[in-house]
Amino acid sequence: MALLELRKLTRRFGDFSAVDNVSLSIESGEFVTLLGPSGCGKTTILRMIAGFDLPDVGQILLDGSNIADIPPEKRPLHTVFQSYALFPHMTVADNVAFPLRMAHFDKAAIAAKVHEALESVYLSDRARAYPHELSGGRKQRVALARSLVNRPRLLLLDEPLAALDAKLREEMQHELIDLQREIGITFIFVTHAQDEALALSHRVAVMNRGRIEQYDEPSKIYGFPRNRFVADFIGNTNLLEVAVTEATPTHLRLAAAGLGDIVSPPREGTRAGQKGWFSVRPEQVRIGGHLDGELENHYSGKVRSFIYVGDVTTYTVELADGTAIEALLSNSAPGRARFFEVGDDVAVGWPHDAGVFLHD
Amino acid sequence: MSPWAGRTMPGCFSMTRRFGRWLVGLPPTLFLLLFFVAPSLIMIVASFRLAGEYGGLAPLVEHGRWQLTLETYRFFFSDFIYVEIFIRSFSVALATTLICVLLAYPLAWLIARSPKKHQDLMVLLAVLPFASNFLIRVYAWMIILGPQAAVARALNSLLAMFGFEPVTLLFSPFAVLVGMVYVHLPFMILPLYTNLARHDPALLDAAQDLGANAWQRFWEVTWPLSLPGIYAGSVLVFIPVLGMFAIPDILGGTGDILIGNVIKEQFLGTRDWPFGATLSLMLTLAVLACAGLAAWLARRGVGRHA
Repeated sequence: MALLELRKLTRRFGDFSAVDNVSLSIESGEFVTLLGPSGCGKTTILRMIAGFDLPDVGQILLDGSNIADIPPEKRPLHTVFQSYALFPHMTVADNVAFPLRMAHFDKAAIAAKVHEALESVYLSDRARAYPHELSGGRKQRVALARSLVNRPRLLLLDEPLAALDAKLREEMQHELIDLQREIGITFIFVTHAQDEALALSHRVAVMNRGRIEQYDEPSKIYGFPRNRFVADFIGNTNLLEVAVTEATPTHLRLAAAGLGDIVSPPREGTRAGQKGWFSVRPEQVRIGGHLDGELENHYSGKVRSFIYVGDVTTYTVELADGTAIEALLSNSAPGRARFFEVGDDVAVGWPHDAGVFLHD
Repeated sequence: MSPWAGRTMPGCFSMTRRFGRWLVGLPPTLFLLLFFVAPSLIMIVASFRLAGEYGGLAPLVEHGRWQLTLETYRFFFSDFIYVEIFIRSFSVALATTLICVLLAYPLAWLIARSPKKHQDLMVLLAVLPFASNFLIRVYAWMIILGPQAAVARALNSLLAMFGFEPVTLLFSPFAVLVGMVYVHLPFMILPLYTNLARHDPALLDAAQDLGANAWQRFWEVTWPLSLPGIYAGSVLVFIPVLGMFAIPDILGGTGDILIGNVIKEQFLGTRDWPFGATLSLMLTLAVLACAGLAAWLARRGVGRHA
């Protein structure tokens, strides 16, 4: 049985459906991320799970029983808030002790558990500090320790890394992964940062306009997006409007306006005559002065621009009909910052098993 | 980071900055010197002088001799009545402050929890009584509490039903307390509201999420965070009440005089300026002690809530 199950959850604010018929099931010990642009309903879902908001329709089942009537303070789960929400008038140790005091643990047990929790987030030496004396990363760790100290069944994290700078965010990502694996508590993480979602989670639910577009492992989400929104939202991709001319069990033949034929991997439920989108990732696109005949799909064009970011350079190549294709080239060759200049004649192409056809 | 974070900067920049700070600090310093320190010194000296024959003060030097005495202080401590009036004044001030906290807290909380667009209007309504004259407002209570008013009649007929003697509301300690609370309540509401409106609502969510029920959320989060507001409001209520003479004059009976009335009487009635000065000085010392205590309490709180 799933630890947490959302059944046909809907939450409306006036005419606007913040959450629209969402069903989701989360196994015990999983790290699941709700990912989507702001306003997609991910935070509303989190608030309904925590009990701060109630669904208009649908059920939230924890261990198979509906928790609709249980107030937030009685639910066996905790939230890490975006602003950390540490109590400013309490020391770090008192903050961490708070849920234990509310649960009427005795003093000795509280001291021991607080010590252990602070140890697990490397903050034992700051137990007597007040929150305003701590850096953002440390506040974050206190909030984590406070939420985990009495071992909830489920931990909800509402964009907890959003306020941290890039370097610290990466550090905290590693800490979160380690912490979750060590203690084995189920995490539900909410973010709008797709790199964070892919890096942290066992499964990602990509949300858009109150609905779940796709719920899958990160590599499936990235490699096999179910529709145009997911392909576009997760990472960079080249999206081409296409019509299916041939559909076989081994491949699809797509017609892209101005580009000609594209051969792509097969996809179930695809019939000739269908219209849709073809998505191919920049790192799947090869670029060269000339490409040999091995690639089924290759086109010639000129380099329009490039973006050098250190490890890789992304070239934008303009084809004869004006279509722009992005290709990514690794800069691992020593001393070579880039290979092509703006205006160079180049060829771009990708093999028949790269890319994916999207119905909508 | 405070705007003065650069105060340790070396060179002429810090010189100009220091001069600028000095310039800004000058007017309030002068004000305090002129209107607080100087009058206080005059009072201190006056308390050691002799009273003039027809009121006022006797000359400081007469026949080449200083005319100074400790007589007023001896008199103050010789008659227990003055210490008693001091104690009564402090009790009234303390009671007024406590009642103001009890009344202002729910009101300030309600305003702070209201939609933002209504808050300004509600605060305006809370301070609206200030728009009318202080004496008129106090006289209004004479009418409200008077023996012919509905309040007293309803209360007395209720008491009569249970076989109790009728009571007089006006010219009693009760009336003084009502007047004190009524006049000073806004001074408690405003700082409390300002404090409560600043509380981060996420803290209450967090407390609830971590297992705190409604009472625990108040007692563990809202209450301790609102203490600086209570301290500020208490100073603004306690100190003026200590020196207040108009309200006991109008609403109180003969036995309800407070230290403010005695001081007023020394200057305007008995015309014993040295003793009036002594009483004022004692009151100032007592107020300073209270303010110091409140500031110390508040600082202890602020250090934690910053």
